[in-house]
Amino acid sequence: MAFVKWLAVLPFLGILVGVPLLNQVQPLVLGMPLILAWIVMWIVLTAVIMGIIYLCDPANRDMAEPRA
Amino acid sequence: MSAALIIIVATIAIVLCLGLLARRGKDMNLEQWSVGGRGFGTILVFVLMAGEIYTTFTFLGGSGFAYGHGAPVFYILSYGCLAYIISYWMLPPIWRYAKQHRLIAQPDFFAHKYDSPALGILVALVGIVALIPYLVLQLKGLGIIVDAAAYGAISPTLAIWIGAAVVTVYVMVSGVHGSAWTAVLKDTLILAVVLFLGIYLPIHYYGGYGPMFTAIDAAKPGFLTLPARGESVAWFDSTVLLTALGFYMWPHSFGSLFTAKEERAFRRNAVMMPVYQLILLFVFFVGFAAILKVPGLKGPEIDLSLLRLSVQTFDPWFVGVIGAAGVLTALVPGSMIMIAAATLLANNIFRAVRPQASDATVSLVAKSLVPVIALVSVVFTLRGGATIVALLLMGYAFVTQLFPTLIASLLPRNPVTREGAFAGICVGVATVAATSLTHTTVAMLLPSLPAALLDLNIGIVALVLNVVTMGAVSAVTRRRTAFA
Repeated sequence: MAFVKWLAVLPFLGILVGVPLLNQVQPLVLGMPLILAWIVMWIVLTAVIMGIIYLCDPANRDMAEPRA
Repeated sequence: MSAALIIIVATIAIVLCLGLLARRGKDMNLEQWSVGGRGFGTILVFVLMAGEIYTTFTFLGGSGFAYGHGAPVFYILSYGCLAYIISYWMLPPIWRYAKQHRLIAQPDFFAHKYDSPALGILVALVGIVALIPYLVLQLKGLGIIVDAAAYGAISPTLAIWIGAAVVTVYVMVSGVHGSAWTAVLKDTLILAVVLFLGIYLPIHYYGGYGPMFTAIDAAKPGFLTLPARGESVAWFDSTVLLTALGFYMWPHSFGSLFTAKEERAFRRNAVMMPVYQLILLFVFFVGFAAILKVPGLKGPEIDLSLLRLSVQTFDPWFVGVIGAAGVLTALVPGSMIMIAAATLLANNIFRAVRPQASDATVSLVAKSLVPVIALVSVVFTLRGGATIVALLLMGYAFVTQLFPTLIASLLPRNPVTREGAFAGICVGVATVAATSLTHTTVAMLLPSLPAALLDLNIGIVALVLNVVTMGAVSAVTRRRTAFA
């Protein structure tokens, strides 16, 4: 868990550092300007990362409601 | 009466009925009325929290900002997921502490943690000050929708009065239980409407997203990237950070996290909510589609872009459905905000001044304050000329000033003293108030700074001053206590 937790830093870097670096329209990705597509990608990645953290977090186990 | 207006009136009637039904069989003391007896499961908490986030702000403000400002609108899409990451670790300890001490509002939390009723009153005041622009923007949205759907039959002023009256009646009848059930209805409708508009309009008018963005880029070069000055990358980063930190500092968000039954609900929400954010994308597409199709909206008028394009494209009955979704996006958060403001005033200011007041009296005061708050907001709504996004950013700059004090209080050994907390919040809030009242920017205060720093969001500057003051005052008062 200790290591997995640090994955949560990545979206902060992706948005706060990545967006200023990729502030451009071309190439369009899925029809969207590059800057927008980049942000969308990080939203999806954030959900994935938080899902991994949730599953690895011992705080979410050993409770009345079992979780697959 | 147009078909659009009939559909909207019917929606309002359904919402009031749902509110009445939700109330049946419940004993409405203050805890029931404001935090639903702390008995909501994951789904309802999710819906309530989502309900607050997808407000008129996103529906009309988001599309309007995309229409009027272009790429800077992407900040709205960015801050949410960072806020959810923070929430994963921040919300469970807050919830545990609140449950243990039976707290029902945000200032109770600060007052308890710092053992200072005065700090509780200060936090309540900051909350109320920040909530007013938030409520004003919901009423503004309601006014815009009713006005557009009535095709000019109702004046915007009357529309705002009607909207305020509906929210008031709704809140007084049912409290937070009404919000939860209406939130379910609202989320279903808004999801369907936004997805449809965001997919249909770009394809109908441009043949797809790629051609639409290519056309916008050709017509307005530079509009789809952050500009070199003004709403630049420095503005983007500081605004994303400010709003991500302030996300859960709103008194009503804080209040709704108390409605959860178990702390795991928050961690699960942190996983589910980021994807839910993507609805915003479709809101932006509507705003972008409007740029070349309903050109010429300026200043506060940009908030009209979604409805103008809808009226131009669809039959009145469908404009009614869109308007009904819009009315719900204003009603649900509007009612949460009103409950939060009324609870703050009654429980954290009235009770602090008159500690001998009974629970029944405080509850009565809270309910009778609802129309007063509505009236104040209507006055501000009718006077204001700001856009929806500008109003929300002002509120954010205020509430985020509570973040450093809150985080410090969650640490195992809190380095911040109550004097430090008090001074930090005061300095931060005073900075935001002074700059928003005089319309000062960083560039005007310190023109010699490097160009990148000139565009910083003023709220972030206030936050830095806040933390510095908090640290300095804490260091001084801590030493004095040690020697005493």
